[in-house]
Amino acid sequence: MSPTNGRGLRTLSIATIAAIPIALALVFFYAPIEAEEGFLQKIFYLHVPLAIVTLCGFVLGGLMAIMHLRTRDRRWDLRSYVAIHMSLIFGVGTLITGSIWARGSWGHWWVWSEPTLVSFLIIMLLYATYQPLRFAIEDPERQARYASVFAIVAGAFVPMNFLAVRLSSSYLHPRVLGSSSNLPPKMAFTFLVSLAAMALLFATLCSYELTAKRTRMLLKARSRILGFQ
Amino acid sequence: MAEIEGEPVLQLEGLARHYGEREALSDVSLSLHAGQTLVVFGPNGAGKTTLLRILATLLRPHAGGVRVLGSSLPDEAWAVRGRVGLLGHEPLLYRELTARENLLFHARLHGVGEERVEELLAAVALSNRADEPLKTLSRGMVQRVAVARATLHDPELLLLDEPWANLDPAARELVEPLIGAGGEGERRTRVISSHDPSGGLREADLVLGLRDGRAALLRGAGDVDRGEIEELYR
Amino acid sequence: MSAHIPAPSRSLAASPPEASPPAAVAGRSAPVRASRKPPGMWATVAALLRKELLVELRTLESVPGMSLFAVTTFVVFHFALNQNTVSGDEAAGILWVTLLFAAMLGVNRLFVADQDQGGFDAFLLAPVDRSAMLLAKALALLAYLAVLELIAVPAFGLLLLAPPLGQTLPDLLVVLVLADMGIAAIGTLVAALAVQTRARDLLGPLLALPLLVPVVIGAARASSPLLVLAHPAGVGGVPIRWLATLALYDLVFGLIAYAVFDFLLED
Repeated sequence: MSPTNGRGLRTLSIATIAAIPIALALVFFYAPIEAEEGFLQKIFYLHVPLAIVTLCGFVLGGLMAIMHLRTRDRRWDLRSYVAIHMSLIFGVGTLITGSIWARGSWGHWWVWSEPTLVSFLIIMLLYATYQPLRFAIEDPERQARYASVFAIVAGAFVPMNFLAVRLSSSYLHPRVLGSSSNLPPKMAFTFLVSLAAMALLFATLCSYELTAKRTRMLLKARSRILGFQ
Repeated sequence: MAEIEGEPVLQLEGLARHYGEREALSDVSLSLHAGQTLVVFGPNGAGKTTLLRILATLLRPHAGGVRVLGSSLPDEAWAVRGRVGLLGHEPLLYRELTARENLLFHARLHGVGEERVEELLAAVALSNRADEPLKTLSRGMVQRVAVARATLHDPELLLLDEPWANLDPAARELVEPLIGAGGEGERRTRVISSHDPSGGLREADLVLGLRDGRAALLRGAGDVDRGEIEELYR
Repeated sequence: MSAHIPAPSRSLAASPPEASPPAAVAGRSAPVRASRKPPGMWATVAALLRKELLVELRTLESVPGMSLFAVTTFVVFHFALNQNTVSGDEAAGILWVTLLFAAMLGVNRLFVADQDQGGFDAFLLAPVDRSAMLLAKALALLAYLAVLELIAVPAFGLLLLAPPLGQTLPDLLVVLVLADMGIAAIGTLVAALAVQTRARDLLGPLLALPLLVPVVIGAARASSPLLVLAHPAGVGGVPIRWLATLALYDLVFGLIAYAVFDFLLED
């Protein structure tokens, strides 16, 4: 993704730092207050972008894993690891905001009737095994390979799981991901900006982590050559 | 007719393989021709087993050129499989199955006929115990079955990792026709890893001494003496 | 540094006649080399499957344990729920959770013998298509599941199920088959992943259970109408959407397993 010289990093960071206040401003001052739910509904602008970015992150992790297996270039594995790792964090955020929203709307901290939330839980439970899996394999080359296999299977699982849970949910709550198409223009616009800001944040954080890891590896390699170890 | 036309059976150039940050093998180069025996010496962890496993196509080389029986690894590994035989530390046999069942399984995997299984059972003198689960046989007997397994498909290159470790002298004699150097005009191409300087030297045409994954010694057997090999272990 | 020594010159002297058996065996045996034919995919799968089933028959490591576990679990459920009979959604739930967890026992054992006794190496040395191992192991797991269900489903009918099984059996069979295929595909893949890690017994189920949630959904929803008392005779029984979900899952993950399995075996 970004080179260690940090050039791309700066652009991304600036874009993110700009986008977030804009999105926040829109959410609080521009988007109308929703009739039924009131002010709490605004968490929708946080929860849904978090969800979308998380899922895309997982799927991206799977795609990068495919590249790793095809090219055997360990950099793809590093990218895949960072993407999944970051998505895990964003995913926790999704579950928390989802829970808050559920508590506000339906009075319970957890509801089975929201298929997105349920699918999320399952996916998070699956990806929670990613790091234990990696750490349980000592050989670094094999670790990368096995992690990639996992990332591919899990990445394919994401859409499959959504489909299955959707089907099984006996009553679809009206306020669901797909409803973004029914949003009035002001809300839709705010949503899109929030989504863009979230995506930028994800990309920036991933770039930082990638750069940090690469720098550390370079440092280790150089110090080994120079005999510091 | 004098041999040597055509490619060497083994051609290694700068072969390297790492394990994490450690170099398991580094810059190993040699050639081995048909009918010759290469004996590899070195302390534990020097890379002997890694080398054998790479030649068997079980491990990929991480750098350098490896050509076995005319095909380059790892890309053409499929062309090499089935033409090499590996006798490793593990017998690669299922303890719950009998010798016959194990050998039949391997025969099927290699497309070798069932009569060959009987031939080899006789050759290692285990025909009468071929129907007992391997877990009831002694270690020496299991090693004999392992030898049978490794030579079942009559490989063109034999890779032997301390082959005589569990064999008493009688058993050694028994398996000699199968994994020995062979007679005039029938010499086998072998790579043997050994801890026994004099015994190993006797078998060798070419000697490789490994230390920490590097080739500390590489010479024709005639030019090496015991002392140099023992040096490797210090 | 590369040494080159001339190969020993081969004399034209006639090689000794192949009188003694050892010489005949150890000899070049042109017949063996020429006649060895790498087996095709199905021959390889057959050889592997045969070995699998033979080892299982000898050790009886997986199937009896799985079956016993299932029956015991039904008993536990009786006490845990404090009910004599169940039907409908409840019945489907209990049945599928039990089958799933019993399957995990089999999944945990699937590659252990190979890992511990060098079976992977033996297979990797052979001139065969490596996907054959996936197929053979999945078929073996399928066989174990079939035996498990042959014991567990009647036991369920006997111990906990309110309505009689008889009429709905054919439909139930379809659900079982479809679900088993999904469990076999994912189970084999996860087993191969987990067996080479340190915490293999733990990681296996942790990986497999979330991945198998769609199977549970499809199977439980599909079986539920089959396990009701007031069962309308001769009805199609199962809503197609669940069978379709299961079939789609089997297809997608079967293909993915096939595509990635090689990468788990090589080194």
